[in-house]
Amino acid sequence: MSATLSRQRKRIADPAFRWFVTLAGASVFVILAGMVIRTTNDAWPIFQYQGFFSFLTGDQWLAGSSRTDSDFTGTYGAWPFIYGTLVTALIAIVIALPLALCVAFYINQLAPKRLRNPLSYSVEMLAAVPSIIFGMWGFFWLLPNVLRPFLEWLESTFGWINLAGWKPFEGPVFGSSYLAAGIVLAIMILPIITAIVREVIAVNPVDQQHAAYALGATRFEVMRKVVLPSSFSGIVAASMLGLGRAVGETVAVMMLIGSTKSWDGSLLSAGDSMAAHIAARFGEATPETTKALMAIGVVLFLFTMIINIGARLLVWRIGRVSGDAAV
Amino acid sequence: MSVFDVQGLGVAYGSFTAVKDISLEIPRNKVTALIGPSGCGKSTVLRCLNRMNDLMDATVSGKIIYNGEDIYGPEVDAAEVRRRIGMVFQRPNPFPKSIYENVAFGPRLNGFKGDLDQLVEESLRSVALWDEVKDKLDDPGTALSGGQQQRLCIARAIAVQPDVLLMDEPCSALDPIATLKIEDLIRQLESSYSIVIVTHNMQQAARVSEMTAFFSVDIDDEHGMRTGALVEYDTTEKIFNNPGNTRTEDYISGRFG
Ligand SMILES: Nc1ncnc2c1ncn2[C@@H]1O[C@H](COP(=O)(O)OP(=O)(O)O)[C@@H](O)[C@H]1O
Ligand SMILES: [Mg+2]
Repeated sequence: MSATLSRQRKRIADPAFRWFVTLAGASVFVILAGMVIRTTNDAWPIFQYQGFFSFLTGDQWLAGSSRTDSDFTGTYGAWPFIYGTLVTALIAIVIALPLALCVAFYINQLAPKRLRNPLSYSVEMLAAVPSIIFGMWGFFWLLPNVLRPFLEWLESTFGWINLAGWKPFEGPVFGSSYLAAGIVLAIMILPIITAIVREVIAVNPVDQQHAAYALGATRFEVMRKVVLPSSFSGIVAASMLGLGRAVGETVAVMMLIGSTKSWDGSLLSAGDSMAAHIAARFGEATPETTKALMAIGVVLFLFTMIINIGARLLVWRIGRVSGDAAV
Repeated sequence: MSVFDVQGLGVAYGSFTAVKDISLEIPRNKVTALIGPSGCGKSTVLRCLNRMNDLMDATVSGKIIYNGEDIYGPEVDAAEVRRRIGMVFQRPNPFPKSIYENVAFGPRLNGFKGDLDQLVEESLRSVALWDEVKDKLDDPGTALSGGQQQRLCIARAIAVQPDVLLMDEPCSALDPIATLKIEDLIRQLESSYSIVIVTHNMQQAARVSEMTAFFSVDIDDEHGMRTGALVEYDTTEKIFNNPGNTRTEDYISGRFG
């Protein structure tokens, strides 16, 4: 028996492993910082030329053709794209979240036992389908067969609505539009939100559910008053992931939003989003427009950051009150 | 007058028959204990009394007459059965909510219209927890000690003003002092509720109950089947002092068979 408790074997792997893991962790920050600094740096002259505020609020986007960092000739008001991103992502989450909750609830509680696994695998598989496929299906099938008639019906029924000057369902109907893009986005992010929500509610402690049943709660009440409140942070996380995808989605939006630079507030009119506009234009961009597209990228990045911080605050504020186990 | 009249009850989980041929009458406003070796189906029988077994995909046969009505009848709403017949579980399972909200959960759920504060206070008083928690009703229920949590769970069950309380080994996760407190409580609650308690602790059954049902496992070696059965049901006095069945006697005296 050895006399002391000090280390008896040399452990080379330990320090090496430590270093490697630390390096991997640090690289996250390096990549993030590098990306932020580089894009902001490239976009800076545009913000200076246009003014950050008028870049955000201006509704004219006229690409210039300067080859230097000065002598810009364009007009850069990104509001039409910001509006497009905001509106399509909001439509998507507003439609997808309640549906996802229902589907997850169904799979978890109501579906026959032997259907539960196949159903959740299918949802997970759908979540992995590339967005170009949603875009194509949306454009070639859903748009002409379902969306167009639906949009026309909206226009003829609710076209008169006027909210302090904003007419959400004003015509004419082209088909490609914010609403069409938002609906396809909703379908696209539905599976990922459902998959996560399903998993979150599946691990909810069964003890507490039984306690509620024993007090006379129905399945629906158990879901609403026990499972959902204590899954709150997971549901917020799932929504944020979905919202993040919707905000950053490029190709599916490009195919359905209509890609116009002129701005019209109606949800039935065609427009453009930040991600879609960048993707559509950077191939043909002059050095000046490249910088302007970078500037849109910076705004897009700010957006995702705000969404994430907002989610954290939401979880932190409401999660504590509603008794979320994870807070 | 009996509160439950169990007639030829059998329960199967899938193709496995957990218990069969159980018949007993459970008296009103008394404590009835279900004892027997682990796995003999005590919890299974208890969960039939408020249809909690519905949640475990159990197939139930036979009848359970509660106040003249078969609780497995076609017209019966299981949620309503459970509201009248409350349950306390083996492991304390408070909601991750405040102490107040834990007790208020059931009344809120069932559309209670009266003075909720008063109901919460009364419920906590009747489990002798009020003095310990009255200054921290907003603290999470999960922050209490194990024994306090279990009393909170009993208060939560009482708050919906049930007729019957079912308890499945309510003290098995508690220390001896907390156990004694719960036993005192059970004796006090007896005047207002009919109580059915599952316990593996024979002294506990002897201390708290008037009636005792002894369950055991019938082993059929030929088919490799183990089915729970009711061996003897009588006053606790008789079961512990003068059992009519040698299996009961062996179990009570520690010679397990
Ligand atoms: N939900 C269930 N699904 C399948 N089998 C179960 C379930 N609950 C209990 N059983 C089985 O039924 C038998 C009786 O269990 P139980 O009623 O829990 O006994 P006890 O409470 O007396 O220990 C055991 O063999 C147990 O494995
Ligand atoms: Mg048991």
